Amino acid sequence: MSTETIDLKTKLVADFYSREATLNGEAQSTFHQLKRAALLHFEETGFPSPRNEEWKYSNVRELVGKSYQFSGEHAVTAELINSLEIPNLAGNILYFINGRYEASLSTIVSPPEQLSILPLTEAAKQQPELVTKYFGQLARYQADPFTALNTAFAHDGVFIQVPAGKVVEQPIILRFISDARTQNVGSNPHNIVAIGRGAQVKLAESFRTLGEAYSLTNIVTEIHVAEDAYVEYYKVQNETEQAYHVGTTQVQVLDRANFYAATVSLNGAFIRNNLNIEINGEHCEVYMYGLYLPDGKQHIDNHTVADHMKPNSNSNELYKGVLRERATGVFNGKIYVRPDAQKTNAFQSCKNVVLSTEATMNTKPQLEIFADDVKCSHGTTTGQLDEEALFYMRSRGISKPEALTLLMAAFCEDVVSQIKIDAIREYLTGVITDKLAAK
Amino acid sequence: MLKINDLRASIEGKEILNGINLEVKAGEIHAIMGPNGSGKSTLASVLAGREEYEVTGGYVDYQGKSLLEMAAEERAAEGIFLAFQYPVEIPGVTTINFLKTAVNEIRKYKGENPLDAAQFLKLVRQKAALVSMNDSLLKRSLNEGFSGGEKKRNEIFQMAVLEPRLAILDETDSGLDIDALRIVAEGVNALRSAERATIVVTHYQRLLDYIVPDYVHVLYKGRIVKSGPKELALELEEKGYDWIKAEVEAQHA
Repeated sequence: MSTETIDLKTKLVADFYSREATLNGEAQSTFHQLKRAALLHFEETGFPSPRNEEWKYSNVRELVGKSYQFSGEHAVTAELINSLEIPNLAGNILYFINGRYEASLSTIVSPPEQLSILPLTEAAKQQPELVTKYFGQLARYQADPFTALNTAFAHDGVFIQVPAGKVVEQPIILRFISDARTQNVGSNPHNIVAIGRGAQVKLAESFRTLGEAYSLTNIVTEIHVAEDAYVEYYKVQNETEQAYHVGTTQVQVLDRANFYAATVSLNGAFIRNNLNIEINGEHCEVYMYGLYLPDGKQHIDNHTVADHMKPNSNSNELYKGVLRERATGVFNGKIYVRPDAQKTNAFQSCKNVVLSTEATMNTKPQLEIFADDVKCSHGTTTGQLDEEALFYMRSRGISKPEALTLLMAAFCEDVVSQIKIDAIREYLTGVITDKLAAK
Repeated sequence: MLKINDLRASIEGKEILNGINLEVKAGEIHAIMGPNGSGKSTLASVLAGREEYEVTGGYVDYQGKSLLEMAAEERAAEGIFLAFQYPVEIPGVTTINFLKTAVNEIRKYKGENPLDAAQFLKLVRQKAALVSMNDSLLKRSLNEGFSGGEKKRNEIFQMAVLEPRLAILDETDSGLDIDALRIVAEGVNALRSAERATIVVTHYQRLLDYIVPDYVHVLYKGRIVKSGPKELALELEEKGYDWIKAEVEAQHA
């Protein structure tokens, strides 16, 4: 471990205690006590090293070798936000600048009987018992050092509630903007989403960076999906070559719930996504789609878990990647089928195209099955481009670069087409086409 | 239009074409026949620009230009079309989108403006009717899940849209029933004109009942060992290839 690594850790721990000293009474709250426990855990473990099996192919040395301003201060104006808009995107749009929720920049269009949104710290003050019921309950700090760090510093993010039986017609879009124009910035946003029985909601998280300094986003989103609920969840990452991202989305679905996720990672220096779904109910349907397109020296790591705890549920997973230049990618997909989870159907597939001899893809499907009456399968493919298809297109007059772009766009389409928010899908199609055509 | 002179080509060090000489003039249809492994498909592939083959000798003049120096897409833009023996399935790219890209890339090469959606649709409708190509196939991923006959029909449909100067049909008849064969042949015949030429590569004579060639050439061991009028195909159908092989061996003996 380098001295710089120790510096970031030491600095964070010191920050925690100095902030705690200003809490004035709140330090005794259950909310804070959990954060304190998480901090102590982080103090003990530190940042993960490649010796940690879960971090074997994702070295965080560069990420932790820098210092970041975590104070949340920024100079982002509404005009600047407009320039980052996704065309035609309508709905509840929540802006977070350097991890802090900015109500003044945000638009909430759904009526309060459908949707309640509160900044997390605000919610912890107003409804401490409710927040305590959810906070850190799915994303347990013991599971991962970054989750511990996030839990300790989770002073912002939002607490979203959708009451039972409500259909939230307009999507909820969480847009995280890191303002790294003048200094390195870091944030630990923590979101809790509680979706009531039989409710229906579309949720998206998007990540952008401004400026050329380094940014670190360490985000945790906990999503509680009650019985019979239907949830779509999209995560879109289009950040700079100086942006580090570690994110955990921890989900629990109960009986007959549907959870439908798509994660699209376009750009960023270092991206680690953990998407962990506890299927703690019967007759659930869970879908996980992913697409990653690293080039240059970008590193994109997707870790997923489909944890079948009860019988009769289905999970389906498809991740696809195109790797170019010196990019590296990681896919680790775990499927657990617990002894009780008979009649489980769990399918997983990861397909990669590696377009450069210097690019690397590490894939690791991991199935642990403790029930005997189940259908599970997994498959990973990592290959070069289909030369025969390329020749076929060229023989029709399509130039090599154009043919490559068409083939790659078609490869990505399986995942992109899963995004049911039209404006986001169209935005992605454009960015993907441009990115693939650029080199 | 096309002059092939002492063309030699190999793949993975193995010589497949052993000195091909052939001249095709505008307006002509040439049939290339021969037993399996004689180099028929290799010849078609080399002419279309498939990079796995290494050209080890000879030259090919196409409309005054050196064909072998052009990339596959340039050859297509210059009017060469290869109908594949095994058309490739490309998931996620619709036939219509694929073809629109091809048409407009070729127009760009020629310095012409791209066709707009309406112009392109009109062209496609007209050509689809020519080969009885179903509209629903056009909207599906290119060749994905198409039957053998549908794939071959799609090749001829693409040919009709691209209107090549020189069409090379590589075993287009393989795997076709009589109906499909007739439709494919009608498509080819509809394109016949004094400015165009066609090379039909086939193992069997039956396609030549529908696409009547001006010349028939027999390829054997990477060379054209016999050329003749269309009646040569009938003779081959009747007597097989053994007598040709025997003739060649006798000459070399």
